[in-house]
Amino acid sequence: MKELWELYITYAKIGVMTFGGGMTMLPILQREVVDQKHWVTEEELMDYYAISQCTPGIIAVNTATFIGQKHKGILGGILATLGVVTPSLLIITLLAGIIQEFSHLPAVKNAFAGIQVCICVLIFNAVKKLLKKAVIDKRTAAIFAVVLLGGVFLDLSPVWFVIAAALSGIALKGLEVRGK
Amino acid sequence: MIYLKLFWEFFKTGLFAVGGGMATIPFLKNIGESTGWYTYADLMNMMAVSESTPGPIGINMATYVGFTVGGVPGALIATLGEVTPSIIVILCIAAVLKSFRDNRYVDRAFYGLRPASSGLIGAAFVGVALEVLTGIEVATVGMVNHMSVHGDLINWKGVALAAVLLVLTNCVKKVKDWHPIVFIALSAAVGIAFGFAGV
Repeated sequence: MKELWELYITYAKIGVMTFGGGMTMLPILQREVVDQKHWVTEEELMDYYAISQCTPGIIAVNTATFIGQKHKGILGGILATLGVVTPSLLIITLLAGIIQEFSHLPAVKNAFAGIQVCICVLIFNAVKKLLKKAVIDKRTAAIFAVVLLGGVFLDLSPVWFVIAAALSGIALKGLEVRGK
Repeated sequence: MIYLKLFWEFFKTGLFAVGGGMATIPFLKNIGESTGWYTYADLMNMMAVSESTPGPIGINMATYVGFTVGGVPGALIATLGEVTPSIIVILCIAAVLKSFRDNRYVDRAFYGLRPASSGLIGAAFVGVALEVLTGIEVATVGMVNHMSVHGDLINWKGVALAAVLLVLTNCVKKVKDWHPIVFIALSAAVGIAFGFAGV
């Protein structure tokens, strides 16, 4: 019981220290769960990260579930995840209420109009970074282009693109292996 | 029942968004469009706050969108909805870790998933850029999106700021490694100084 509580608290602490994407958590995890608590080894952490990046869901939550599970089984996985989302729940609900109060002020409107431009650029940079790992040949370039155009011009849930892409990946790679 | 729908929409997001917090953006955009719970501009403001506060950005966005839709219970339900598939999927993978990594079908599926995930975020970027930097409005007719111009075709102030930010975040040594929070604060100041919202 005490160990489960410690898992939860440790993960809540890691949640508070994370700013931005799940990748920024890596150095914090190395210090907290590898060097100090010895819950997992450095190699295990790297494996978890690699899998968490390509499986569905938030990277931070995926690694939390992995590490919690390794340390204390299924319940550990669930508690670590609840721990990592707790600070977000508290901070965002508090802030959201405050922002709602002030959103009608001209200065706040102008500030957010400026920030929206910045968000545009940040998303562009995220795509640029992802492309380096994702588009490695002509076929992956084609999948990227088709999904990009489909996403812009069709009113379809992203779910269908994801399912179609996974199936095309299996089909294209399968044909390649058979062709050799 | 709005909470049930909220949970279901975020469950789908958690199950199909591959590649972390940024990959949830196209899903969140789609939820806003199909339910009318919030606009694209609302979503971008939520992203800005999520990027600038403690906590993983994907969780912050889920909490914020949930709060916007259904208050404190909404925040809780959206966040739980988004993490539930992760917990289930990861616990299953953890049980068969070694064979999962060596499975050729898994490997092949990811070969297709990675570029598709980038394509979806790319499409979300095009939508955001049209909304923020131009007067082009996207309307859906049937299954196809139509574009029409409202007001000025190009928001020159926005384009100028975007150009400066692009150079700073990509080309200037040291500056490009700064945390996004710095660029967000800078953009807020520029927005106020130059009256970006026109008020």
